[in-house]
Amino acid sequence: MQPAHTETGSTRPSLQRMLRHVSSLGPVLGLIVLCIAGTWLNPDFATLDNMMNVLTRTAFIGIIAVGMTFVIISGGIDLSVGSMAALIAGSMIFLMNKLVLAGTLSPLAIVLTGIALALLLGAAFGAIHGLLITKGRIEPFIVTLGTLGIFRAYLTYLADGGALTLDTALNDLYAPVYYASLLGIPVPIWVFLIVAALGTIILNRTAFGRHVQAIGSNEQVARYAAIRVDLVKIVTYMFLGLCVGIATVLYVPRLGSATPTTGILWELEAIAAVVVGGTALKGGEGRVIGTVIGAILLSVISNILNLTSIISVYLNAAVQGFVIIIVAFLQRSRH
Amino acid sequence: MSVAVHFDAIRKDFGPVRVLHGVSFEIAPGRIYGLLGENGAGKSTLMKILSGYETATAGEMRIDGVPQVFGNSRQAEAAGIVLIHQEFNLAEHLTIAQNMYLGHEKRRGPFVDDVAMRKDAARYLAQVGLTISPDTRVRDLIVAEKQLVEIAKALSRNARLLIMDEPTATLTPGETARLFTLMTKLKDDGVTLLYISHKLDEVEHITDEIIVMRDGRFITREATANVTRQQMANLMVGRELSDMFPPRNPPAADAPVALKVSGLTVPGWASELDFEVHAGEILGFAGLVGAGRTESFEAIIGLRPRSAGQIEMLGRPVQLKSPRDAVRHGLTYLSEDRKGKGLHVNLPLADNLTLMTLERYAHPWLSLQAERAALRQAVAHFGIRTGDLDLRARMLSGGNQQKLALAKVLHPDPKVVVLDEPTRGVDVGAKRDIYFLIHQLAAQGRAVIVISSELIELIGLCHRVAVMRGGRLQTMLGMEQLNEEELIAHATGTH
Repeated sequence: MQPAHTETGSTRPSLQRMLRHVSSLGPVLGLIVLCIAGTWLNPDFATLDNMMNVLTRTAFIGIIAVGMTFVIISGGIDLSVGSMAALIAGSMIFLMNKLVLAGTLSPLAIVLTGIALALLLGAAFGAIHGLLITKGRIEPFIVTLGTLGIFRAYLTYLADGGALTLDTALNDLYAPVYYASLLGIPVPIWVFLIVAALGTIILNRTAFGRHVQAIGSNEQVARYAAIRVDLVKIVTYMFLGLCVGIATVLYVPRLGSATPTTGILWELEAIAAVVVGGTALKGGEGRVIGTVIGAILLSVISNILNLTSIISVYLNAAVQGFVIIIVAFLQRSRH
Repeated sequence: MSVAVHFDAIRKDFGPVRVLHGVSFEIAPGRIYGLLGENGAGKSTLMKILSGYETATAGEMRIDGVPQVFGNSRQAEAAGIVLIHQEFNLAEHLTIAQNMYLGHEKRRGPFVDDVAMRKDAARYLAQVGLTISPDTRVRDLIVAEKQLVEIAKALSRNARLLIMDEPTATLTPGETARLFTLMTKLKDDGVTLLYISHKLDEVEHITDEIIVMRDGRFITREATANVTRQQMANLMVGRELSDMFPPRNPPAADAPVALKVSGLTVPGWASELDFEVHAGEILGFAGLVGAGRTESFEAIIGLRPRSAGQIEMLGRPVQLKSPRDAVRHGLTYLSEDRKGKGLHVNLPLADNLTLMTLERYAHPWLSLQAERAALRQAVAHFGIRTGDLDLRARMLSGGNQQKLALAKVLHPDPKVVVLDEPTRGVDVGAKRDIYFLIHQLAAQGRAVIVISSELIELIGLCHRVAVMRGGRLQTMLGMEQLNEEELIAHATGTH
């Protein structure tokens, strides 16, 4: 058992590792194929403008999907993210409008307060999920199915069934967060990149990230290995909540309003992005970069549907549903 | 009517691991065979092939002279071969009759014929000597009764060859005696019985012939009357027992008490447990399944609630509320359930090794190089045989997985280490390695606690052995008092 022996012995399984690499490249290959198809179907697809447009729209779902990756790897799920985003958007607008009426704060301070509220609410909602799931010992599916309804109902109540619209002057100040560009790249894409990079580093290079994977791979073993399972789980839900908060901060200036249909089906898209990106739904392993590619792939699909007339745009969600099921089918045999 | 079985060069591979290396022997009908071998010898795998739960990778199995491959247990049952699992295959919420005919329900037209099934079930229950209504739900039965229901179920399927895997592991001596009476009666009816057990006194008592397997190979067969228990043990291990265990140096007379537990009570499992273990000492824990050994130590490290008791380490009282507290105070625990609680079989080797001490590698970013270096060192030090450091833990053989699990719980450098069934499911060579490692740990001044169901192991390895029964400490035996009879007597309460 010389250490040297273990090094030389690694030639044979390298084939296995290569195969693993090829299968992990699946989403990238899929994305390339889609891009070629898109270019062929409509020349407008391959323009820089369209690319930026696609990526900007990806940012909301992509940021949420990064958080969702952690939750799913740890063996959990969060169905409430769309409703949560809607309620956070509504609460932000509601608070900012009230502050405008009060007139004590400067417009900039009001926007900053709104942003702080969004992040705070996201983390708080995540903490509530985490506590109910760990200390309350309720299935994550049930907890977040419940809050899915609760969040959206409160938003509808807050908006009185209609729309909550941000004060116009404030919206002008806030708009650059969505519409401005830095070095030619829109702000939401920058934020998406930063969140994804942070997520990658946290997942792969911190003790917390390793603990998340260990819990999803086998919670009992993690417990016996002296990992604070409950705490780690709560933090994953808080991180996801924070991601939802960030996504909402970027989303609000886009339309400047929140309605009962805001964020509808975002949970489907976020979970689809994670699954398409190669993260196993039963937890244990996954990659943030895969999720990023998965999210882009899904928005490229909907972009192609928009640009061409092969399939109706109304079937966008159906296509995403099909993609989830097909990818899950292909994942079956893999561990 | 009985079945004769002929194994011819049966081979079985699980991925890269070969667990059966061409096993050949025959079983004549109407006898009771004792199938002997240590954990990992391949007995269970061979029996699963015979009963249709696994298929052989190569080789031929002939039943009454006809080559057969059973694709599932139903096909084996059709040939009259039934395996009774150690953990019973009964649906707890259904009644005895419903269980006995599960998947074979008698019908009248489109409907299930409960009346006929109940009547027949009662007849088979009487045959195994169980006087209980077939409408009783299985969850209301005690273990011994479930065992009899399994046998009755096998008889209802016309079993001609019955494989029993450790049937007495959880039975009291009285229940065991009744089971043996039934086995003899079944033999007289022409049923062949294959009896797997580690309890050599029972093997000596009930079987006609023993078949010994070791490391996936057939070793020998012998009429039971011609071998002593000592010879059986030596045949199983494959060498003189004295060669398996390193010589024992008693701990220094002035060695400090590393762990002292007083008045420990674990609701439902243990009460008023007192013991202490010195630095450099190997303390064994003997007892039957359900005696509360595992549960007591899970409670000590904070995995289970305890209602009373003090814990002192090196003379100082400590509060252990979670495994994390235990690790911090220098106490780690190796679970008996390697795949369920010990190792992340789907994660890489290095991730497993460093999981309990990740903060050592995170500043704040994990140093993958340092983890890899630690793995390389552990592979060399613990003799973990792996071709590739990037493998997932599940790709290692049982013995090497166990060495990795040991390396993992020793990685935090504990002062006291609790090893629960440290050699379960490993081959003889790895076993010997682990025994020598345990002695090395003690020589380094660590206190080692070994929970084991293998008496040979406790007798050969420990300085002292605590015997538990029904959640209470029965006795503490010193090195000179250690022998099988004494341990069994205290563990079963027949002292």
